[in-house]
Amino acid sequence: MSSRLNGFGAAFVAPSLLWQTAFFLFPLVFLVVLTFWRVDLFNLQPDFTFDNWKKIYSRAYFWRALLSTIGFATFTAILASILAFPVSCWAAFKLSPGLRGLVVMTLLAPFFTSYLVRIYSWQIYLGENGIINALLGFWHLGPVSMLNNAFGMMVGYLTLTLPLTALLQILGLAYVDQNLLKAAQNLGCGPLRTIFIVAIPSAKPALTVAALFAFILVFGDFASPTYLGGATISTTTMLVIDLTKGGQQWPQAAVVATTTITVLLVCTFAGLRYAYRNR
Amino acid sequence: MNSKIDKIKAVALVVYCALFALFIALPIASSFIFSLNSARFPSLPLGDIDFRWYQEALSDPKDFAALARTLLVGIMAAAVATCIGFTAAYTDFRYHFFGKKGFLILILSPPTVPLVILGLGFLAYFSRLGISGNTTAIALAHTVICIPFATAITRLRLAQMNKSLEAAAWNLGASEWMAMRYVILPFVLPALIAAFLITMALSFDEFAVAWFVSGIFETLPVRVLNLLAGPVSPRINVIGTATFCVTMSMVVIAHILISGRKK
Repeated sequence: MSSRLNGFGAAFVAPSLLWQTAFFLFPLVFLVVLTFWRVDLFNLQPDFTFDNWKKIYSRAYFWRALLSTIGFATFTAILASILAFPVSCWAAFKLSPGLRGLVVMTLLAPFFTSYLVRIYSWQIYLGENGIINALLGFWHLGPVSMLNNAFGMMVGYLTLTLPLTALLQILGLAYVDQNLLKAAQNLGCGPLRTIFIVAIPSAKPALTVAALFAFILVFGDFASPTYLGGATISTTTMLVIDLTKGGQQWPQAAVVATTTITVLLVCTFAGLRYAYRNR
Repeated sequence: MNSKIDKIKAVALVVYCALFALFIALPIASSFIFSLNSARFPSLPLGDIDFRWYQEALSDPKDFAALARTLLVGIMAAAVATCIGFTAAYTDFRYHFFGKKGFLILILSPPTVPLVILGLGFLAYFSRLGISGNTTAIALAHTVICIPFATAITRLRLAQMNKSLEAAAWNLGASEWMAMRYVILPFVLPALIAAFLITMALSFDEFAVAWFVSGIFETLPVRVLNLLAGPVSPRINVIGTATFCVTMSMVVIAHILISGRKK
């Protein structure tokens, strides 16, 4: 009775399996099918043509968007990992479990606040007549241009990624064997050296996964490049939106989407393999 | 001398952590402050405290319609996702079968797919099925996104349960359905309520997929997105503050439910 699938078991396996197949797997598969269809007078026609692939892959702006997406996602993943790391060490090693729980709760809070509203707040801070430039004006500095460029976009990307990166790093570092850390210190390691030769290697999987999630989040984000970057830098998700909403070119948008998701999958698996190598 | 340097380092670390916290908290706290500020585009010095943006938002029927739609979508998506998430979590808790790893990947992977791409997939697929551009379409799509979270929350609760409790019920003559009703369900109930609240909170803030499938029917986050594209609108802060209060109270209740009954 314990683990054989009978009618009762089927009643519990079926709903999630059917739902995610019908409403998650099929839409993604259909996206791939769609890349071979054509558009006639704004109507989708089933077909088997490689025209959409040829069209998109021959466009320089597509490759530029793909490369800048990969570049900015990688850069943000590294930057967010470095910026969050001191905080994660402080929370994991210096705080009591109770206080650490509080920090974790605080880092979870941004997930339940609107990302768009936070972007709007940054617009008010970073704008030409915004709060930061008003502050700089008191000391007769500026105005500094921080909005509608790469800087604004990076502020948005960090807003998106820092909480999750820190959260995953804390969870990883908190599981590092405290005895190892003490042993290193007894053997004469300073705090920094202890972190670099003991904590980082033993928490490597968690640290890599943290960076990986930052990478994935940036890869799929269109709000920061659009509303803080001022669309000066084009990303693949923005291209998908342009082709879908602006041009009604769903099959071409599907080509961009399929390529994006393939690149993302390859990067994710490479990252995971790296994270769990030698384990 | 050495201890002085250590002290400086310790202070520097705390200052750095405070700056980090400021960076995360600033945009959240500011939207609350700006929502009460009289200036259309807040700068320094800040204007007076004023409720005009709240009045403006409250008097706009479009905002109300969007709010009602957001609530409806959230409740539908959260309810279905919680039920389905529970069945998936129970499956993982109890059964071993061929292809279980694939099953779990299918259930849990939606969060790794960029929402814009999911949105395009839903849009194309739903319009083929003839269900695009309405509230049901948004709720269906949100359910897919919510299921992994509901599954994870329920699964964590099931992990705290002693497996022999269910077996004991069977040995005492309970059918599998009765054991489910009188042993499993009461045990996971707090997690189910928590999953419902947290997935509803997720649905409340989701804008990308909703924007793709909703057509002309805006939810609140989609409304914020459209307002962002237009001229400066302090109403974004009002909507943000209101949504924040609702979602945070749901999340806090969920947290109390999950952590309060660990024994």
